[in-house]
Amino acid sequence: MDLALFERKSEFEWRIKPFGRMHVPGVIFASETLMREMDAKVYEQVTNVAMLPGIVNASWAMPDAHWGYGFPIGGVAAFDADAGGVVSAGGVGFDISCGVRTLLTGLRIEDIDKVKVRLADALYHAIPAGMGSTGAIRLDDAEMDRMLRGGARWAVKRGFGTEADLERIEEGGCMHGADPLQVSDQAKKRQRDEMGTLGSGNHYLEIQQVTDVYAPQIAAAFGVKAGDIVISIHCGSRGLGHQIGTEFLKRMVMAAPGYGIELPDRELACAPIESPLGKEYLGAMRAAINCALANRQILTHLTRQVFSAVLPQARLSLLYDVSHNTCKVEEHKVDGRIKKLHVHRKGATRAFGPGHPDLPRELRDAGQPVLIGGSMGTSSYILAGTEQGMQLAFGSACHGAGRAMSRHQALHNWNGKNVVNELAGCGILIRSPSMRGVAEEAPGAYKDVREVVDAADHAGLARKVARVVPLICIKG
Amino acid sequence: MTSAARWEHFPHQADIGVRGLGATLAEAFEQAALALTAVITDLAIVEPKEMIQLTCMAPNTELLLVDWLNSLNFEMITRNMLFSRFEVHLEENRLTAQAWGEALEIARHRPAVEVKGATYTALKVAQQSDGGWFAQCVVDV
Repeated sequence: MDLALFERKSEFEWRIKPFGRMHVPGVIFASETLMREMDAKVYEQVTNVAMLPGIVNASWAMPDAHWGYGFPIGGVAAFDADAGGVVSAGGVGFDISCGVRTLLTGLRIEDIDKVKVRLADALYHAIPAGMGSTGAIRLDDAEMDRMLRGGARWAVKRGFGTEADLERIEEGGCMHGADPLQVSDQAKKRQRDEMGTLGSGNHYLEIQQVTDVYAPQIAAAFGVKAGDIVISIHCGSRGLGHQIGTEFLKRMVMAAPGYGIELPDRELACAPIESPLGKEYLGAMRAAINCALANRQILTHLTRQVFSAVLPQARLSLLYDVSHNTCKVEEHKVDGRIKKLHVHRKGATRAFGPGHPDLPRELRDAGQPVLIGGSMGTSSYILAGTEQGMQLAFGSACHGAGRAMSRHQALHNWNGKNVVNELAGCGILIRSPSMRGVAEEAPGAYKDVREVVDAADHAGLARKVARVVPLICIKG
Repeated sequence: MTSAARWEHFPHQADIGVRGLGATLAEAFEQAALALTAVITDLAIVEPKEMIQLTCMAPNTELLLVDWLNSLNFEMITRNMLFSRFEVHLEENRLTAQAWGEALEIARHRPAVEVKGATYTALKVAQQSDGGWFAQCVVDV
């Protein structure tokens, strides 16, 4: 990207002065290296978002920003309903509430070594992954609606976990304001066989080892120390969320002129928060958040069943569950006054700082755990929200490594079987139904997540707490 | 690009683009559908054994392309099928189509990814100087 387009506010903050129809500045948080490598489309998309009605403070992009749909992946923007603010289906994306949850196990690396292959095979057998895989649970119409209203809370009631799990999920595991009536029959039909499935693409379940601890006090509050085994699950709202995204994108594109909204890009399809369409979308989108939370909860249950058979001494408890693609109503300080805002995070993680009332009591002093996934052969990171991050971008941080090249290019460069063999040589067991999928997700196809995490840490968005590396990866 | 019927993929940083080319608009739409299946698996191993029919409508041809690909994707997922042959008929902004395919067999088709949805990114439907048509967009996987 051409750095001359930006005013450098600090080492990690790059500002685009408002021009044309922009209501607010654009701000990208990144190192100079990341900025130089960043797709020029990010600049265009950050400025486009700044043109949407009712946007507050700035159109932000996180250090892992790349070319997305309307919003950049890694884009954050908040809207004020009182100022004609909008809610955007494009700003949330197709995989509504796609996110990561990390489980503590109470196990150490030496506990895993002897059973690693058996554990990998048992997990691969138990976790439905990839296209065409189905879950063991079928929901009838009434139960589907209960799931869409209740989220992980519904799943726990059905026996997929414990009350203690819920405290460690954003919104206590149940997104309020979900309206199953706004979810189409098609979306529900797409979901019928997909509860408790991982999906495909960049979704995974990983057994990981904690290798480094950077902030011992916070790590202790998180219950994480070097040598520990943890489990991370990355997936979202499956077919239901995808269908809701698809349907509302079209409806909002068609309705925008009627609302007097001139869209700089069709993917920025949006409607005023207070409009009937805006409200319908919020009801459906919140139901999709619940679907994602329920889905990750069921996958947690399946994982626990495998561990109780293979490593019965393990105790799987939630560290935390974060969502990446959401629009949430939050209170933030704007010009010294507390305001209720609709905060869109597209490929960005909520990262509330210490003391935030929405955090569970045991984590409140440490700040919210921010779980950052790498590619399948490389590190992932655990960060914590900061007070500074609350001021910088309404409590938001990066979400992952971001692709360095297209799937097309990755297929050209790698062969799935070789990738699996090479990683096995490094002690990382990959299990996947598709070798082409593995090639498309080869570690080399992603950016170095360390650079992204360091930039988030240096910018003050979130604080680096620990690094984990994969031992087993179940890939959709 | 020429007007001979064919399809291709084009790169997008996180996802993948599908492009259909043909002598007519309908042919370009058929080819774009082939490109969609090819995102998931090798077209040559999908037998056109069973036929389904579908219809979609949109206010213009570009939105209609996205609707067409999304309708097909919906049928693939909810019927658990893959499709390898298409016949598209276009009238104004209404599309009716027949798609031939077979049940997805994971062990044989080895699907690389499932498609979340067709998007409005790099969305373009246009006639070229030689009279042929192309229809393209990025699909989110």
